[in-house]
Parts: sequence; C-alpha cells; structure tokens
Amino acid sequence: MILYFLRRLTALLLTMFAASIVVFLVTEIIPGDPASFMMGINADPQAVAALRTELGLDQPVATRYLAWLLGMLQGDFGQSYTYKVPVSELVGDRIMVSLPLTLYALALSTLIAFPAGVISAARRNTTADFAVIGATQLGVAIPNFWFAMLLVLAFAVNLHWFSAGGFPGWDAGFLEGMKALTLPAVALALPQASILARVMRSSLLDTLDEDFVRTARAKGLTRSQTLWRHALRNALIPVLTIVGLQFSFLLAGGIIIENVFYLPGLGRLVFQAITQRDLIVVRSVIILLVFAVVAVTFLVDMAYAAADPRLRRRPR
Amino acid sequence: MSVASRQDTGFVRAALGHPAFLAGLALTALFVLAALISFLWTPFDPEKMQIAAKLQSPSAEHWFGTDHFGRDVFSMLMVGARVSIAVAFVAVGIGIGFGVPLGLYAAANRHGLIDEIVMRGNDLIFAFPSLLLAILITAVFGPGAVNAIIAIGIFNIPVFARLSRGAALSLWTREFILAARVAGKGSTRISVEHILPNLMNLLIVQGTIQFSLAVLAEAGLAYVGLGAQPPTPSWGRMLAEAQTFISLAPHMALFPGLAIVLTVLGLNLLGDGLRDLHDPRLRRSRA
Amino acid sequence: MNVSKPLAAVSAIAMAIGLAVVPAQAARTDIAVGMVLEPPNLDPTAGAAAAIDEVVYANIFQGLTRFTADGEVVPDLAKSWDISEDGLTYTFHLQDGVTFHDGSAFDAEDVKFSLDRARADESTNAQKALFAEIADVAVIDPQTVKVTLSEPNGSLLFNMAWGDAVIVAPETAETNAIQPVGTGPFRFDDWVKGDHVDLSKYADYWGEPAKLEKVTFKFIADPTAAFASVMAGDVDAFPNFPAPENLEQFKADSRFSVIVGSTEGETILAMNNKKPPLDNLKVRQAIGHAIDRQTIIDGAMFGYGTPIGTHFAPHNPAYVDLTEESAYDPALAQELLKEAGVSDLTLSLKLPPPSYARRGGEIIAAQLKEVGINAEITNLEWAQWLQEVFKDRNFDLTIVSHTEPMDIGIYARDDYYFQYGDPDFKAIMDELNDTTDPDKRTELLQQAQRKIADDAVNAYLFQLAKTGVANAKIKGLWENSPTQANDMTEVYWED
Repeated sequence: MILYFLRRLTALLLTMFAASIVVFLVTEIIPGDPASFMMGINADPQAVAALRTELGLDQPVATRYLAWLLGMLQGDFGQSYTYKVPVSELVGDRIMVSLPLTLYALALSTLIAFPAGVISAARRNTTADFAVIGATQLGVAIPNFWFAMLLVLAFAVNLHWFSAGGFPGWDAGFLEGMKALTLPAVALALPQASILARVMRSSLLDTLDEDFVRTARAKGLTRSQTLWRHALRNALIPVLTIVGLQFSFLLAGGIIIENVFYLPGLGRLVFQAITQRDLIVVRSVIILLVFAVVAVTFLVDMAYAAADPRLRRRPR
Repeated sequence: MSVASRQDTGFVRAALGHPAFLAGLALTALFVLAALISFLWTPFDPEKMQIAAKLQSPSAEHWFGTDHFGRDVFSMLMVGARVSIAVAFVAVGIGIGFGVPLGLYAAANRHGLIDEIVMRGNDLIFAFPSLLLAILITAVFGPGAVNAIIAIGIFNIPVFARLSRGAALSLWTREFILAARVAGKGSTRISVEHILPNLMNLLIVQGTIQFSLAVLAEAGLAYVGLGAQPPTPSWGRMLAEAQTFISLAPHMALFPGLAIVLTVLGLNLLGDGLRDLHDPRLRRSRA
Repeated sequence: MNVSKPLAAVSAIAMAIGLAVVPAQAARTDIAVGMVLEPPNLDPTAGAAAAIDEVVYANIFQGLTRFTADGEVVPDLAKSWDISEDGLTYTFHLQDGVTFHDGSAFDAEDVKFSLDRARADESTNAQKALFAEIADVAVIDPQTVKVTLSEPNGSLLFNMAWGDAVIVAPETAETNAIQPVGTGPFRFDDWVKGDHVDLSKYADYWGEPAKLEKVTFKFIADPTAAFASVMAGDVDAFPNFPAPENLEQFKADSRFSVIVGSTEGETILAMNNKKPPLDNLKVRQAIGHAIDRQTIIDGAMFGYGTPIGTHFAPHNPAYVDLTEESAYDPALAQELLKEAGVSDLTLSLKLPPPSYARRGGEIIAAQLKEVGINAEITNLEWAQWLQEVFKDRNFDLTIVSHTEPMDIGIYARDDYYFQYGDPDFKAIMDELNDTTDPDKRTELLQQAQRKIADDAVNAYLFQLAKTGVANAKIKGLWENSPTQANDMTEVYWED
C-alpha cells in the first residue's frame, strides 16, 4: 500500500510539474504585453517600459519560471499585475463564490438525479422510466449557457423573481447570496443531473444483475426490497466517483455560466485575466485548478485501493 | 465482433425496431442535409443585411425571423450547421487520428516508455480545465474555426488513446492474437490487422458521442467569441449576439439554441442506438 | 443547512425592520451606479483604464483644475493662478483647509510630489505626455506652487484637469491602487472585487459637501444583466449603458429617464496608411465613399451617434462638418478603385471588443463587399489588438473610438498605428502649440481638420454618443462626457 501510495504520489508530482511548464510556456507565448494593455493606446512608451521593469517582465524566461515555481512551493502565488493584490487574496475572494456555486449545483443535481435514477431503474420500461430517459437525453443536449439565457428571460426579465446577474456578496446576507446563485446553479446542475441520473440508473441495473442480488431475490425479497437493501449501496460507488469528478469539473467549468450571470467567481477571474494579460493570475489559478483535479483523482484512487487491494497492482 | 454478413442483415432489422436510433438518425440526417443544401441554396443570402428589416419576428417570408442586422435567421442557421458539423467532424478526426495509434502502440508495448508517456500525457490533458485551456489556445493562435478545431481536437486525443489502449489490452490476451503472434507477425502488424478491426464498433460509438460533445464545445467557444469569425454564421455566436435582444427578439436566441439541442440530441441518440445494436447486451442497461 | 436557519431568520427580521423604519417621504441619499468595466485598480496616476477615472475622478481624487459637465476647465485644488508674460511660469494658489481622507493636510508639497512623480523617468503614468513641458515645480509656501515650463504650452490648465494629473499624498501614493486616498467629497470604503466599489461622503471635505451619503459603483459587463438590473432597480443609474438597443424600452417606461449626450469618442475606421494599396489616396477615398455612416449608426448603435467627416468632436465650436467630402457613393468608390488600378482587393479588418467595433465592423464589411472590397474580419481581445494593430501595425483596417478629448494631435505622430505623420500636418500642429490667440487657434484647428479629411487618412464614422439611463428621480448626472467620469458631487434624489 505504501509503495502504491508513493508511486501515485510521484505521478501526481510529475503531473503537476509538467502542468506548470505547460501553463508557463503557453502564457509566455500569448501575444500581447501586460504592460501595454495596462497603459492603453495613448501611453508613453517610456512609461510602458518603466512598468515592465516594475512588473519584472524584463527578466529572462527561466528566472521568471523559477521565481514563480519557488514562490508557489512557499505558498506565494505572486501578485496580480492589474489588481495589484496577491493572487491568493483574489482566489480567496473568488472561491467564496465558485465553491458555494459548485456545491449548490452539485446538491441540486444529486437531489434530482438520485430519485430519477432510482425510479427509472426500479420501474424499468415503464412510462416513468421512459420519461426519465427522455429528460436526461434532452438534458445532456442543452448547452448550459443557452439554458441560462432562457432562465434569465423567464425568471429575471419577465417574472422579476431573480436578478439577471451579479453577486451582492455574503455580507448582504446568506439568503441574498443564495438567491443570486440560484439561477446559475440550476443552469449548471441540469446537464450534470442528466449525466448523473443515467449513471445511477445503469449502475443500479448492473448491480441488480449481479449474483448477490439474485441470491437475495431468490431468498424471497421483492424487487424493490432488493433494490433498497442491496443494489443501491453497491451502485453508489460509480455514482460517487462521477460526483467527485463533477465537483472538480464544475469548479472550473462554471466559466461560461459565471460570465452569463456576471458572477465574480474563479472562472471569470481567469477569463478576465487572460483578456487583460494578467499572466501571473492565469498561471497560478490554472495550476490550482489542475491541482484540484489531480488531488481529487488521487484521493479517489487511494480510496479505491484501500477498499480493494487488487487495484494496487493494476497499472492504470 | 461477429461475422460481417450475419451482422448486416441483423443490424438492419434491429435498427428498424429501435425508435431512438431511428430518431437520432433522422435528426442527424436533417442537419447534415441542411448543411449540404446550404452550399446550393438558402432562402436568403445569410450575409445580406437589411437594417430596415431588423429584429423581425418569424413570418412567412422570414421563417425564423431576422437578426439585429436584418439578416435571415433561417439561412444563417443552415450555413451555421455547416460550420458546426465541419468543426466537430475534423476535431473528432484529429482525436481518432492521433489517439488511436497512440493507444494501440501503448497497448502493444505495455509498460514501455511510450506507454508511460502516453498515459501520463493523458492524465495531464485530463487534469486541465478543458474550456480554459481551449480559451488559452485560441488566445495564443487567435480566434477562428481552425483554431477552435485544434483546441477541441486536443481534448479528443486522450479520449481515443485511453479507449483504444484499454480495449486493445484486453484483446492482446485473446487466443487469436496469440495465434497471430505464434505465426510470427510483429506487434505493429497485429495492431493494424487484428486489433484495429475489432475496435471499429467501439470507435464508431465513441466517435458519435464525441461528435456531439464537439458540437457543444464548438458552440461554447463560438459563444465566447472564439469560433468562426463573422460574417460566417455560427450557432454559438448567434446565441451570443442574441443575448442583448432577448426581451426584444427572443426568436434570435430560441432557434440557434434549438438547432444545437436537436443536433446534439440526434447524435447522442444515434450513438446510443449504435451501441445497443452492436452490443445488445448493453441495450437494457444504458437505453 | 442548519447553521443557516438563524441567519436567515435574522436577515428576514432585519429586512422587515428596515422596510418599516425607512420613511417613505425622505429623498434617498444613496445611489447604485452601473458601470460596464471594473477598474483594474483605483490609481488614476498609474493606469490608463477609463474605468479608474469613472470611479475616482472628482469623487475621490482632485487635480489643480477640473473638467465641468460641459467640458469647461475650472479651478479645483488651485483656487486661482497667475501666468507670466512669456507663458513659461504658472503660479498656482491652492485652496485652504484641504485634507486628505486619512486626515493629513494637503499643501504645496503634495502638488510638487505628484507632478514630479508623474513626470519622473521611472514614472508609470499612462499620459506622461501631459507633463512633458514641465521643467520644474517649486514650493513657494504651503499654499503656493510655481510650475516652470521649458516651452509655452497653451494646454497646461487643460492638461492639469485630466484624471492622470490628480494630486496624491506621498504617504499613500503607493497604495492608492487598492486603497485610494484623495481630497475629494467622497472617500473610499470598500471594494468587493468583481462586483462593486463603495464610497461614502467625506465629512471634512473642503468645498461644497456632496448631497449623497453613499455611492456604490456596480460592475456589470453583460448587457442583458445590465438591462435587467436597471429594470429591477438593483442599479439606479447606468451613465454609459452598454446596449443602445434597449433604450427604447426605458424611454417607454416613466420610471426611467434616458440621458443622451456626447462623448469625446471619435469612432473611425482606421487604415494602415503605409501599407499598399492603402498608401494610395484614391484607395482610401474609395473606402470612405463606400461607407454609409447613417446605416452604421442605425445598425450598430441603434441611431445614437453623430456622423463625422474628420477627427474632431462635432460639439466643439471649432468643428467643421466635412461629411460631404466622403459622402456615401458606391459608384464613385468603384470608379476611384478603378482609377487606382486596384481590383480584387482583400483587406484585413481587425476588431477590438466594444460593440461599436464588432457590429460596425460587420456592417462595414458588408458595405465594402458591395464595391468589390473583401474585408476579412478578425475579432480580437484588447491585448491582442494592442499587440497586432497598435504595436506591430499588422493590419489593413480596424475600428476604434479615440476617446481622449482634443486628440487630433495623434495625426502628427510618425509612429502612430495608422502611420500618417504628414509633414504639412505636423507644421500645422507645431504652429498651434505656439499659438495662444483663440481665433488663430480655431483657424489652425480647422485647417488641421480639413487636412486629414482631404488626405482621407482614415474613414471617419461617427461621434460616440453617451447613452445613459437613470431613475427619473435622480438629478445632477452628467449629460455629456467631456472626460471619462461619473462625477457624483452634484447628484441628488428628487423628493
């Protein structure tokens, strides 16, 4: 187990290292100079040069890469060119929007998907099953930004129940904050719920086929009894894996939705930083997001390995 | 994985009895047809502006209304179908073209250096927030349909590499492969002659699914302004432009959105249907 | 979720109380102002973003002089000044009793510090050229500053009114980006990045106190969200509303007033004057005649905007209407192209993000197509545009609005992106700089306008309108935009 752990840990570190190089190089070759962007079209060339020096942009590439890497290892993610505050502070602010939004969307999608998946599996080939299948087919086909526009049209522009965008901050009160996140969370949750419901249904049906479930039924339990007592618990493993993956996907994947609803979240921070050539923010936030994905995968692997020793020897 | 002739007749009969597959086929055909017809004919010139006739609701003349420049939305959707389908098709093609050989090679030389690099490279690409990386790529190369294809294509490579590696690994333990080995065939030849044909069904099914994801991805990129450049119509950009007119002219947002939904839905139904038909065992559980 | 229950209850009660306590009659003293772009930081002396000035100009920071709503330059921190005969020495007499928001006193040392900092070698002031003629700044006494110029400059007082020339304190200069400390009627409270900036009335303000107690600038880039937020009352005023297409709906609604004014933004189709075949006058003239300005204004700006025939603001008294010189005439355009011996012309058209450029660009491409010019559109982000168009000059055509006031002087720059720098034009500008007589100045300015129209340097499209919307009860907002600012000092709610 320890050996497996070490091997996976090495792989994680190597992935992070490779990712840091990729991110650094890509942001390095992006056309557009942060300093000229900040100074605008009437800027004095001398002033732009002075700003480049101030930002450290005139140093060699290798020096800047190492400075960034060493800084991150010490927990220092650098200072935003445009906002002039530490990146960690910006990320800290934004994660207070993105994280609740992600959890909200995940909660919604789970709340919809679980019953839908269970009903669909329990009543296979009934109207209810077909309704769920049809709805999920539609759900995965709808682009979430279009769905978001329809939500805005219906609930903000016409009904005035919600505002069409913006985030008042948690200072405005928990309810106000949650209200602002409701439409975005619904827009994000719909496709995720569809995927989850389908996984739920098929993994339930798979487990219902397995020997121990058949044995249970042979012992005289009804179909729904076996479903609740045996199949559900076993079907949860793939479902929870998907939930874990969706978490890291949503954390970064809200970017378009954050733009549609104008939420000050992580996705929009990076998107803005890219257009403003605030490269240090782009780099550091992407690395953090990559780390989140890699870490989640690592934890899932570890959990599997702990549960099933055979997996430890299986190369991925 | 069955003998071809038996499969063909059985396939058609099974397909006719599979309404979801038929619906998917019909929808996909509809959009492919619309895209093809648009080369020859559209009700109006999709680039022709009539500022005086802007934001008109659907009518007998303009079936899906006009946009903020007075262009015919229906004609724009037809040409937009071309862009969506072409981008998605080529992007998936890139994924298959690079991913499958990589996966096959990795499987044939299991635990080799290449295998390790392929798998780690896959992990790396999977770990990146895909949309962000796509945005970065287009920021580097500039916006445009070709760069959208590259951005989407890159994410399709690991999908196919992983899929074909996994499937190939299990094939390598099968007896007919061992037989080929004993006959003295090299691993590249075995990969091409014996493994690849047996992956075809899997690739077609996954390819259809990836196709639908690529249509969605293209729409997303175009929506944030990184797809085909104007005046070439593109569904995603039409939606982005429709946004400020949503209360004045909801039809501008409605129809492109529906076009995306129906195309993606069609491709998904088609993909699921193909999987069922090729592997009836799965039909029950996946539907 | 359990934790939230008490919180929810508390906020529900608070809301109920709040609603009960606020008397219905009293005029409001708080305002939420919508802005499209969030400023990157709040230091106007170290950044070019217009959004910085839109928050801080006249509200937080003040200069020696300032612009009024109609573009006049009036005394601000300098209550008066004396100009020497030779025009080389300006003696500014400063206001008394001025304090910075941190309580420290404002005096001549702060002025010297600010001006010296802006013109220093290592200065990162985006408009460093404003200070180019300043040779020395000397403190005479705490209330008097003497500014010596190396050569006469008729625009010094105008230059000192810019947001880039505001006076800052040495102690806080470095932190103004995130914690701005100025001398204005409002002080900085809080900045929730990505959402809003809060200002509140500064109790010890030296001048006429502001009527509002609290000002919130909310940043809403998305036009749909902007529309909905005004409709819902989340935002009380949106002085530069991003979607002209929605203004009709506001006009029809008596709760709102729509404020249409002028800006200093000359929107032009800029051409790369040194790149063949655009180095040919006839080709540039052809492009000018191929363009129908009114259709662009109607199609891209929904009718808001004034056609211009040269690079000059129509509301300026010195403006000459030269639109006829490049009137819409596709036949003439084709004729000119033939004369120039150009056929099958394909030109790149690189467009920055604002909707005037994106929409205008699509219309222009369609119009150019009518005369046989194929314009290939590329939509760029600002950073890419600055690199490709502005710096590398790798473009044929682009659309941009030049929003600085009185910026015809850019045509004298050799290295400017559209690469004009004509010697005759430069001579006119040199003469203008040495001229103080108002009539003579007007004449020279008109000569300059004619020169660039005759040379068809660029195709001049329209003057950008300022299209704002506000609650009908709000008074005192600027109608026009002589500089990019949201001056809140005179704003109040009608009972």
